[in-house]
Amino acid sequence: MQFPDGIIAVVKRDCPTCELADPVLKEIETRGLPLTVYVQDDPGFPSAARVVDDRELEASFRLDIETVPTLLRFDGGREAARAIGWHRGDWQALTGLEGLGAGLPEQRPGCGSKSVEPGIAERLALRYGDVVMPARRIEVATLEDPVEACYERGWSDGLPVVPPTEERVYRMLQGTTRAADEVVGLAPPNHSPCTVAKVAINAVMAGCKPEYMPVVLAAVEAAFDPAFCLHGLLATTWFSGPMVVVNGPVRPAIGMNWRGNVLGQGNRANATIGRALQLIVRNVGGGRPQEADQAAFGTPVKYGFCFAEDESTPWTSLAEDRGVPRERSAVTLFSADGPIGVADQKSRTPEPLVDSLAGSLRAVNHYRLGNAADVVIVIGPEHGRVFDQAGWSKADAVAALHAATRIEGIDLGMGTDDDAPIAAPAAGGTIPKFREGGIHLVRAGGDAGMFSAIIPGWLMKGSLGTDPVTREVRT
Amino acid sequence: MTTTLLDPTGELDPVQRQPLAKPARLDGLTVGLLDISKARGDVFLDRLHELLGDRGVTVKRYKKPTFTRPAPLELVQKMAGEVDVVVEGLAD
Repeated sequence: MQFPDGIIAVVKRDCPTCELADPVLKEIETRGLPLTVYVQDDPGFPSAARVVDDRELEASFRLDIETVPTLLRFDGGREAARAIGWHRGDWQALTGLEGLGAGLPEQRPGCGSKSVEPGIAERLALRYGDVVMPARRIEVATLEDPVEACYERGWSDGLPVVPPTEERVYRMLQGTTRAADEVVGLAPPNHSPCTVAKVAINAVMAGCKPEYMPVVLAAVEAAFDPAFCLHGLLATTWFSGPMVVVNGPVRPAIGMNWRGNVLGQGNRANATIGRALQLIVRNVGGGRPQEADQAAFGTPVKYGFCFAEDESTPWTSLAEDRGVPRERSAVTLFSADGPIGVADQKSRTPEPLVDSLAGSLRAVNHYRLGNAADVVIVIGPEHGRVFDQAGWSKADAVAALHAATRIEGIDLGMGTDDDAPIAAPAAGGTIPKFREGGIHLVRAGGDAGMFSAIIPGWLMKGSLGTDPVTREVRT
Repeated sequence: MTTTLLDPTGELDPVQRQPLAKPARLDGLTVGLLDISKARGDVFLDRLHELLGDRGVTVKRYKKPTFTRPAPLELVQKMAGEVDVVVEGLAD
């Protein structure tokens, strides 16, 4: 699109400042300057002679107009000067004319350009902009319900998804500085290249807002880290799915929940970030139940499981323990089955509370199974207070829990002899229930209730399976 | 006007939705024969029933109340639960 040399004004009738300045535009024209007026709503509005109908807003988009009126001077096909709103001094400097708009106030701010209205800006960027969106276009017929179309193509986890239109995906991509065609990694099980665009498409379907994108991207990166072993976690007959724990300033920024019902429903960010990751596994990776996903039971966790940590406690945060300072944000991924509640409403000191937690922990997976899955224990505020008041650090609590969870059993582990009698007594002494580093404590939950939640993970861990993976949330 | 959606998948499958894969053999499968209530459709399906029976294939018969409307949901669900393959007699 070419713009004529001379003075250009962009206006709309639905703007008192444009109405105020209209006679001045006429004056500029009368005093001999070449003037072109682009009008966004009513072509009959400007009194100038050369009026261009810009109801499609292409000129406004290409001129990057945010406010009307905007006055520009073009020399040799290029913008040489710009004045925003009505400002006598600026308009005189731009036109080189003295005494413009006699009788008008010195200045008046303009109004919002129609080209930057919500919903319009995305449409214009898609129509006229240089947008890269590396994904196949799929046409859905007029009479087909787009939500049903998504179901029929197998894109859903069983719950409705938001149809990934170009506009929605474009908006989602505004949530990150990363290029749409950048490859984040290979999505298991099919090892399909997963671009930022594919992440955005699935984030749209999951119901994410654009500002969640950096968290979703960090979660996807962490999930694709070979140490997390997403392929095996997907394919296992065991229950687990990925769980995302979020730390840092991004938690309040995007409105995440770490308080009441923290592991439950009702918070958009918690619900949709975890779901986006699982939709990526399903759609980009091709991992579906009864196919590559061989879970015997699965768990509701696999609809998506994401929550934030309460960082208002004396303990170091999960991310801090894993090397990301408190002022930065991070996600940590674990494998996770459903939460198991632990009620202890009596302990007022750490020792009996550790004993309570340990009793429940010893039964995880199987009461005689040593070297069991890693666990995350979400310590509720009332249990946390018991540790805090006694001055116990997180490391103190973890050490006590390791000591208290030793069992008289055998290290069945996984990948051992299938015929090993599961109830056979140990040949004396005790063995650790959990491997070194296999107990993770996270603080979260509602104020009332002397409870904590044990979240065991996949039986296969470490070099044979999964390890927790932390990734910093970038932009 | 159509709605354009962006493909969320790894794009390994064609854009067009694919029909279910046809079984290579009928051994051990149950075949449903659906009469849509068009004239003489039953003659064709009776003969098919005979031929499948000769080959030891289990056959179940179904009938739509009228060819003018889609099959009632109940009938569709019944067939989906009882058979592996359906042969539908469409012609007059």
